[in-house]
Formats: sequence, C-alpha cells, structure tokens
Amino acid sequence: MVVKVISANYAVSHAVKLAKPQVIPVYPITPQTSISEYLAKFVADGDLDSEYMLVESEHSAISAAVGASGTGVRVFTATASQGLALMNEILFVAAGLRNPIVMANTNRSLAAPLSIWNDHQDSISQRDTGWMQIYVENGQEALDSILRCYRISEDHDVLLPSMVCLDGFILTHTAEPVDIPSQKLVDSFLPDYQPQESFLDPENPRSLGTFTDPNYYMEARYQMEVAMEKSKKVIEKVNQEFNEIFGRDYSFVEEYRCEGAEIILITMGSLCSTIRDVVDDMRGRGEKVGLLKVINYRPFPKKEITEAVKNADRVAVLDKNISFGMGGALYTEIKANIDVESCGFIVGLGGRDITPKHIEDIVNKTRNPTKEITWIGLKEEV
Amino acid sequence: MEETNESPFMKYLRKDRLPNIFCAGCGNGTVLNTFFKGMEMAEMDLNNINMASGIGCSSRIPGYVKCDSLHTTHGRPISFATGLKLGNPNMDVVVFTGDGDAAAIGGNHLIHAARRNIDLTVICINNNIYGMTGGQISPTSPQGSYGSTAPYGTFEKPFDLVELVSGAGATYVARWTTVHPLQLANAIKKALKHKGFSFIEAVSQCHTYYGRKNKMKSPLDMLKWMEDNSINKRKADKMDPEELAGKLIVGEFVNKNQAEYSQELYNLIEEKSGNRSKSIKSAYMGD
Repeated sequence: MVVKVISANYAVSHAVKLAKPQVIPVYPITPQTSISEYLAKFVADGDLDSEYMLVESEHSAISAAVGASGTGVRVFTATASQGLALMNEILFVAAGLRNPIVMANTNRSLAAPLSIWNDHQDSISQRDTGWMQIYVENGQEALDSILRCYRISEDHDVLLPSMVCLDGFILTHTAEPVDIPSQKLVDSFLPDYQPQESFLDPENPRSLGTFTDPNYYMEARYQMEVAMEKSKKVIEKVNQEFNEIFGRDYSFVEEYRCEGAEIILITMGSLCSTIRDVVDDMRGRGEKVGLLKVINYRPFPKKEITEAVKNADRVAVLDKNISFGMGGALYTEIKANIDVESCGFIVGLGGRDITPKHIEDIVNKTRNPTKEITWIGLKEEV
Repeated sequence: MEETNESPFMKYLRKDRLPNIFCAGCGNGTVLNTFFKGMEMAEMDLNNINMASGIGCSSRIPGYVKCDSLHTTHGRPISFATGLKLGNPNMDVVVFTGDGDAAAIGGNHLIHAARRNIDLTVICINNNIYGMTGGQISPTSPQGSYGSTAPYGTFEKPFDLVELVSGAGATYVARWTTVHPLQLANAIKKALKHKGFSFIEAVSQCHTYYGRKNKMKSPLDMLKWMEDNSINKRKADKMDPEELAGKLIVGEFVNKNQAEYSQELYNLIEEKSGNRSKSIKSAYMGD
C-alpha cells in the first residue's frame, strides 16, 4: 500500500495508469486539464503503454474514444462542462453502440454566463444518454471508481459506458491522502478487457451503428434499459470483490448517522464532507439528523434510498443543478420515486460557497417547510 | 493640459475591469494597442464595432473594451459573429480569437466563414500553445516544440493559418508579429476597411507557457525569437523552402475584392421580395 498526498485529478490519472487503457484521446479544459497532462507524462515516460492523442475538440475526443472502443480495446477520456456538453451527441452514440468507455468528468458549471467553477449541471444534463454515473466525495473514491467502472462497464450483462464525476477544484485541485494500490492487486481485480460482442474484427466483419428503421430501433433502446437494470447486480458483485481485494467498502448509497434520524440530508459528491461535520455538530446538540450520500446516480438506486430513509420524518435534497421550472434533478427524482416527505434545495451553482451555516439553515427549513424548492446562499438584493 | 502617462487608448477601455488577467509581458496588450491604432487609422467608430470572442486568453480581450461584445463558447465566435453580421449588416464585426479557438475546436467555422467571404475581421492571436489551460500543444505548435501534453516534443505537423484561410477563400489575409506593431496596425486598418472576410494572424508571445517550455523564459527572449525568424513575404518569395524552414513569413498575403456574403444575401432578398420586403435589414435601415 502506498499512500500519497495528491489531488483527485492525480488520483484519477493513477487509476487510469493502473487500468491500462490502450487508447486515450483528450482535449484540455479547466479543471480537467491536469488529468490529460499527467497521462501525457505517464505515456511519454513509458510508464503507461497507451496511444495518447491530443485531439482538436471534445467532440473529437469522444468520437475517437468510440472508434477505438469499437475495435474492442479499453479506452479512457476525461472532460468537463462545455466539453461534456459538446460531447452530447456522441455520448448517445457511445451508449447506443454499447462501448464500455470510462470517462472522468470534473464537474463544472455551464455557460452562459461563463464560469469555470463547480456545480453538477454538466453531468446531470447528460443523465439520459445511457451512461452510468458515479459521484465521488474525495480523491480515493475517484481512483477506486475508475477501476470499479471498468469492471462494471465491461461486464457482458452491461456493456454501457461510465462517467466518474468529481467536483471541479474542490477535489480536482486540492490534495489529500490517497492509497494507490499496487499493479498486481489491480490486475487481479481488473484483468485485460476481452471483447466478445459489438466490436469490429476483420476476421468476422460486421457493421456498428447502422441505419435502423422503426422495426428495430425500439428493441435496441429496450436492451439498453435491460442492461442498465442488470448493471445493479453487477455493481453489487464488483463492489463486493473490490472490498475483498482492496478493503474499501462501496455501495449505491452511503448512510451517515441515519439511524434514528428525523431529518436526512441527501446529496452527491464532495458536499457530503461538509455535511458530515454539520451532522456531527448537530447530533452533539441532540438534534436527530443524518446524511445519505448518493454514489451511483445512474442506475438510480431507488431501493437503497427507500430503505435508508424509511424511518425519517422528512428528507432535504441538495442539488448543485437546476432543471428550470422543475427543481433540482435529484430532488425531483426522489420526489417521484421515494415515498417520503421531501424538500428541495438548490445550492452551490457556479461555485457559490456552501457553508456549515447554510446546511443548518437547510435542516431548519426542512423541519418547518414553507416552500417546495429553496435557493440557498443567494445574495439578498436578488 | 495636465501631463499624464496614461495610454492614449485608455479611453477605449473599461477601466473598472482593469487590471487585466494577462501575464506581465503577454503579447495580447500589444495586439490590442495595434487594434486601436488600426481602428483610428481606418477612422472606424468604436460604437459601431461589435467584438465576438471564444475561449482562451486572447478571447478575454473584448471584455476590456468599451464596445458591444459577445463572449461565446470555445471555437464558436465566428459562427456567433456570422449571426451578428447577418442580423445587422451595418455593424462592424470583429472577432478576437486564438490558435486553439480558431484552428482546433473552431477550425470548421474558420474555413467556412472564409469560403463565404462574409464581412468579418478575424484577429487570431497565435501564441502556438493553449495558454489559458496551461500550455498544451495546439494545432500551430511547431514540430519539435514542447508543451505539457508533449513532454518530449510534439511530432505533429502544424497548420499554417495564412495558407489555410487563403486556400479557403479569405479575401484579405496578413500575418505580422508583436515585434511589428506598426505593420500590424496598418494591416488591421486595411482589414477593418476591407469588405469581405479579413484574417489577421498576429503571432504573439506566451513566455509563461510556450517560452518557459521552449527555452525562451522572458518576453524579450520571445520577441527576439520572432524578430530573428521573421522574413518579409517579398523576400521569402525568392527563397527556397529549405531556407524558410522554421521561419515566420510576415506580410500581406491576400488582398482582393470579391462578392461579400451578407451583401449578396440581402441583394437576393430584395430581388425576390421587391418593395414588399420586410427583411431584418429594413428593420435597421428603414424601408
């Protein structure tokens, strides 16, 4: 075991080096860029035997990733924000062609107005593309999730691409201790990718992505839905194996002091670390609050969330995104799927700071709700 | 009148936005100064200029200028500018862009705007690297140069932007560097007055990233490099390709008059709809 104090971007790069993808097409964008740079160095130094290509746009990066994956090899790319938005068209193609690509998305807000700071609008806006999504809380989870996602995506019951979402700057540019596993351990968990279907082989010619008339299209989409459903079993299996090999336990959701909690705060990503502290403080004062961290966002962990909040009086859902006219994405999904009284909160858009005081405010507002969706941290003059 | 050290162009800037984000010694300031100089020489009205820009250091320029501006997404300013020009053809539309913005992610828009010969003035500040994101290889990085994505030097062949837009159909094309401020200002003057697609390649120094990674740490090192390697087109025309390897050929490359896109489009609207035309143009110009 080697513990290093590194940024989440460096942790992702180490995970990629350990996963040994054969092709890496990338394009620089803040705050993803250092992932591209670390990988360029690994490849140039001979530490990673991979075809590394700096292409001319994110659209080209994901297109090259689809092409490479179509030949049946392991592929990695990374992006953020406008880059992910530019990839939108090809994200559907990657999922539809059943390419088990793994991509890191360093969460950043979308223009306009132009901002480079963190929120989840970029990846949340891609939730319907057919990609699986994981939101991580820290560098360790970022590293582990890349490895887990290759196993999940490449499973023949799944064959869907995965997006590992890590908060821009908050995680990508801050250093913390990360355990970098040995190559030997990783190899035992993640063997080389052996494609069996849906790839181009000159010995056995076939076409990918051909024109489909109404007789076939719907079945292709249904198969994706079946794969997304099946992925839940695969995720469970992979998490269990990961725990056995690396000693770190992952689940679809993570409960923190939810036992006996009257109010449970639900959110994703690095914000959970702030909330943990607030929960400890409030519990210390005898207030019954807990945190539920949603890790796997797609497939949506309906069963796990239902189980975790079943004894709570009420839940507060914190979204770093907004579906205008509707509320935050996680809130509306919980409202639609989980039988619990819930309040929605829009927080941290475009990097607006979320302080412990805001979190306490959210708990109080949830205890005495006056409206369905509340924006937290807005300037008074608005 | 009170003596002042203030730049005579300060009146064109949004002082409340200063100081700017550029590194000390960046070439963007020189290019902006030459733009104001060229604008004055061309007797253009800043109030009638609309600047569009994309993403990158050079694309931050319009934000400091006291005129209408549109800060857009990476690679797309020429597309937005095309819309501006067609919406109000009386407007003088200037695009500030860079090598990454115009030639990589936005390369398609660059060649198609040139092909259409739409009346835009595109000023591409070429620093041979992605400066904003920290020094990655761009499509104009010279072969063998170093960047954060090419720790052992890039083997890719770069674009010659002048050749690219000339081949695509641009009707005014010039290249100068930041050690040629007068020539650059003069070229900008001509480009602003030119009716059609004008392209100015302003080769500039990014000592922070390109310089540091390529043994030219100071802005002066980079200016010296540009000065030593620049060859005027008239002289270069008489030289062998081998002699010109690694050189910056500067000068005016294209200056010709051809039918301009927005004018042609409005001619067609008027021809087909006659007096009943309620075109966008009539909204601005009256019937």
